[in-house]
Amino acid sequence: MNPALKNTLLFGIVAAMILYTGFTQSWNTALVIVNMGLISAIMALGVNLQWGFAGLFNVGIMGFVALGGLAAVLVGIPATPGAWSAGGWNILSAFIFAIGVVIAVVTVRSRMTPGWPRAGVVLALMIGGFFIYRALFDPGVEAVEAINPALTGNIGGLGIEKGLWVALAWPVGGLFAAAAAWVIGKTALGLRSDYLAIATLGIAEIIIAVLKNEDWLARGVKNVVGLPRPTPYEIDLQNDPAFVERAAGFGMDPVTASTLYVKVAYAGLFAVVLIVLLILAQRALNSPWGRMMRAIRDNEVAAEAMGKDVTARHLQIFVLGSAICGIAGAMMTTLDGQLTPGTYQPLRFTFLVWVMVIVGGSGNNFGAVLGGFLIWFLWVQVEPMGLWLMQVITAGMEDGSPLKSHLIDSAAHMRLFTMGMVLLLVLRFSPRGLIPEK
Amino acid sequence: MDFLNAIIALLNFVVVPAMAYGSQLALGALGVTLIYGILRFSNFAHGDTMAFGAMVTVLFTWLFQSWGISLGPLPTALLALPLGILGCMGLLLATDRVVYRFYREQKAKPVILVIVSLGVTFIMNGIVRFIIGPDDQRFADGERFIVSARTFKELTGLREGLAIKTTQGITVITAVVVVALLFWFLNRTRTGKSMRAYSDNEDLALLSGINPERVVMITWLIVAGLATIAGVLYGLDKSFKPFTYFQLLLPIFASAIVGGLGNPIGAIAGGFVIAFSEVTVTYAWKKVLTYLMPESLEPSGLVQLLSTDYKLAVSFLILLIVLLFKPTGLFKGKAV
Amino acid sequence: MSNDAYSDRGNKDLSLGDGSKMGTAQPVKPGGAAFASPGGPFLIGEDMTGGYGAGPDILHDCTIAVDRGEIAVIVGPNGAGKSTGMKAVFGMLNLRQGHVRLDGEDITALTPQARVARGMGFVPQTSNIFTSMTVEENLEMGAFIRTDDIRPTMEQIYDLFPILRDKRHQAAGELSGGQRQQVAVGRALMTQPKVLMLDEPTAGVSPIVMDELFDRIIEVARTGIPILMVEQNARQALEIADKGYVLVQGRNAYTGTGKELLADPDVRKSFLGG
Repeated sequence: MNPALKNTLLFGIVAAMILYTGFTQSWNTALVIVNMGLISAIMALGVNLQWGFAGLFNVGIMGFVALGGLAAVLVGIPATPGAWSAGGWNILSAFIFAIGVVIAVVTVRSRMTPGWPRAGVVLALMIGGFFIYRALFDPGVEAVEAINPALTGNIGGLGIEKGLWVALAWPVGGLFAAAAAWVIGKTALGLRSDYLAIATLGIAEIIIAVLKNEDWLARGVKNVVGLPRPTPYEIDLQNDPAFVERAAGFGMDPVTASTLYVKVAYAGLFAVVLIVLLILAQRALNSPWGRMMRAIRDNEVAAEAMGKDVTARHLQIFVLGSAICGIAGAMMTTLDGQLTPGTYQPLRFTFLVWVMVIVGGSGNNFGAVLGGFLIWFLWVQVEPMGLWLMQVITAGMEDGSPLKSHLIDSAAHMRLFTMGMVLLLVLRFSPRGLIPEK
Repeated sequence: MDFLNAIIALLNFVVVPAMAYGSQLALGALGVTLIYGILRFSNFAHGDTMAFGAMVTVLFTWLFQSWGISLGPLPTALLALPLGILGCMGLLLATDRVVYRFYREQKAKPVILVIVSLGVTFIMNGIVRFIIGPDDQRFADGERFIVSARTFKELTGLREGLAIKTTQGITVITAVVVVALLFWFLNRTRTGKSMRAYSDNEDLALLSGINPERVVMITWLIVAGLATIAGVLYGLDKSFKPFTYFQLLLPIFASAIVGGLGNPIGAIAGGFVIAFSEVTVTYAWKKVLTYLMPESLEPSGLVQLLSTDYKLAVSFLILLIVLLFKPTGLFKGKAV
Repeated sequence: MSNDAYSDRGNKDLSLGDGSKMGTAQPVKPGGAAFASPGGPFLIGEDMTGGYGAGPDILHDCTIAVDRGEIAVIVGPNGAGKSTGMKAVFGMLNLRQGHVRLDGEDITALTPQARVARGMGFVPQTSNIFTSMTVEENLEMGAFIRTDDIRPTMEQIYDLFPILRDKRHQAAGELSGGQRQQVAVGRALMTQPKVLMLDEPTAGVSPIVMDELFDRIIEVARTGIPILMVEQNARQALEIADKGYVLVQGRNAYTGTGKELLADPDVRKSFLGG
């Protein structure tokens, strides 16, 4: 079978599985899978850029996705009245001061000769700076969080909530993630040995901790809900006589039709983003830049000998890949309509994306997209399948037996197990993934 | 008197908890560092290995409790611990046989083994949640305190009390015994030395007649022991919840890297460095300072550098600082 | 490389793993057995053809051998497959063709460990000591397969290389180049081998130390242990050799006694600098 046919077939199979879901379960479920599948595919595309093109191992995807989510909040919701005058400027000045301290520390480190005096100055700058920072920061935070804490208590954002303009949050999410990635990459790739993995693992946890605890920023675990949408609201559609009439023309009740319409609208927007990114990634792969990246990946020593600055290239691609994850994160938060920092877990947002990339095919953009859809489909559907399996297994047991109820209750945990199995099986028997790199 | 009170408050709120936590981290980091030294990769499944070993122990503890067997003042879990270790050994040997061995034969690079260990993480995590569920489980019993705050106050007449939980005492003593045994094994026995030799130079170990597969097997057995002990001690001290073990991965890796990956002494030092920095940075120093400072200078706030929610950030910052100054960690040069 | 399914894509992340000390050998897999195959020299790698993994063949019908009481020397230009030939004899790579026989037995299917147990000792060219372990521990590891008392052997090694006795509690990685080579040879001698294979034992040491090492090697040979040795210093090595092999591109180019090769005008012109 030629590769093009095989790949089309693979995508066809995934599409058929989603359609089957639509026919047997509901079209709403199928569209939810499609939408999250599109977002997962974008995340996988970003990680594939880092791992597939450059061999960079990012275990902090969760953090970049969450930063994207933060962007959706900060762009989407309006500024809280009075928050800036109460404490916002305090917080901002604290940040500017902190950046100043960091610059001072870096300057001292590069200007002074290594030794105890330098270490002393650096330490004094850091400790003194920290306390002054806290003195500026704490009152600001207190003031902002005191404003109507039950509803707001946060600083708010730009309040861009009109129609498609909402999607502006997505590239902003990419920028947030890119900025964080630049800092991480600059530090972790610049060390004498490469420590990128642990750095990303750590930063991701810190980003989540910040989102959970800094209530002034995005209300922490109190969550920001009701984010603006780029698509129409169901209730507006149901109140629109023209829409109701058209729905009736398809033989559907207005409620179902409106939910489907909104989801299809999202799918359209997401598909546009995915296709644009996919085209860009494909062109990058086949450009001189992409060939150089692969040359570095396959033989770093030779590339270095040819005068390529490997660290700078790695930083570049790490920032790009992370930005794509940030875009996907912003899209996801827009889709959910809320930011819930408590739900970000590494297994779901970091390791699962890795499964998508490896299963799809490291180094192949189409593979990453396929992996995104396929693994997301499994992630959603394994739970009902597991439940069904458990019901079959326990069918012979008498009702109310503790084993039976335990097995049925635990069926939900089958999905983790299944993901691990899928990853290990693919890695063992088809190590280059379903759509291998050319 | 105030000075003594300050010291006691410091011991009670900082030193004792950090000692216990540090011991748990050190045991965890030892397992990570052994695998890094012998199998050459960072095992992301280590947190879940700890959870699995602890889970088997918890199940046996419940069984023993239902039979009415107990250790009196000591937790019954200590009796179930050997069974937990055996269970964990079985799991790790089976995993190695079914999963890792193939990649060793292929001479797969470390990063591939890391990806493999991600798959193993998913599976182990799934198994643990499947068997015992994702919730908190209590299995500690026996005497709660070696010294309770009230007894201490009555004995000394000080205003501050010093409480040492049984689990904290057991944690530190067990860690000392386990570490001493491990070092004796690595430095004094033939098998232990052969592990160090393999870690140092695989090809030469082969030429000396050392069987690589045996070295790997023994490594997994030791790691199973370390992981289960660390997991059970942590569970006794705090509580058993599968997800928290997964989250221990970052401080454990940080400990191992701070100490110098592949170096057992480093792993222990790293564990305590991380534990003490976490506790000191997130402790509210008001109480201690109130005793030490004249009344006029008494601090108004809590004097807490960072809220406890940023514990993870502290381990990470320490890691970063150490790597900036010593790129190979605190102890490098001597492999496993 | 992108065609290798389990490559690391150039990843050098130390927080994920450290492959720098990973073995490069592709040892013969366990499970094979030796069988009697009498006759021939004490140790012979006969008509060996093979290379690393799926890569191209490096050895082509190559034969190297050493008999009791002899020193056999392998010389040849860089990349001639000298080290590969030694590894092949020791089972560190899979042969596609050919046999290895030791003391009347065919051992082609044995693992390196099993060959050690049958009395073969090997000092590789590089990474031939455990740098993080003390000198004494290095020697102990050399004797890993022995279950009897190893102290007399250790004393013999210290007599042979007195400097090691003084440094026995020092990490081997801290020693000088010549001392490291002594540790390496000492480690291999700890098994009380019936045959000793040395891959460029004098690489990277000063001329004085080199002479001393040659003296020690002759001393070892006099105790009756046959020695199969690869050497860069062809002239000096052939002078002490009972048998010499000149390898070129993985093939036997010239074979003879050391004196014959030294006298051969072709060998002189091509490999000994006239």
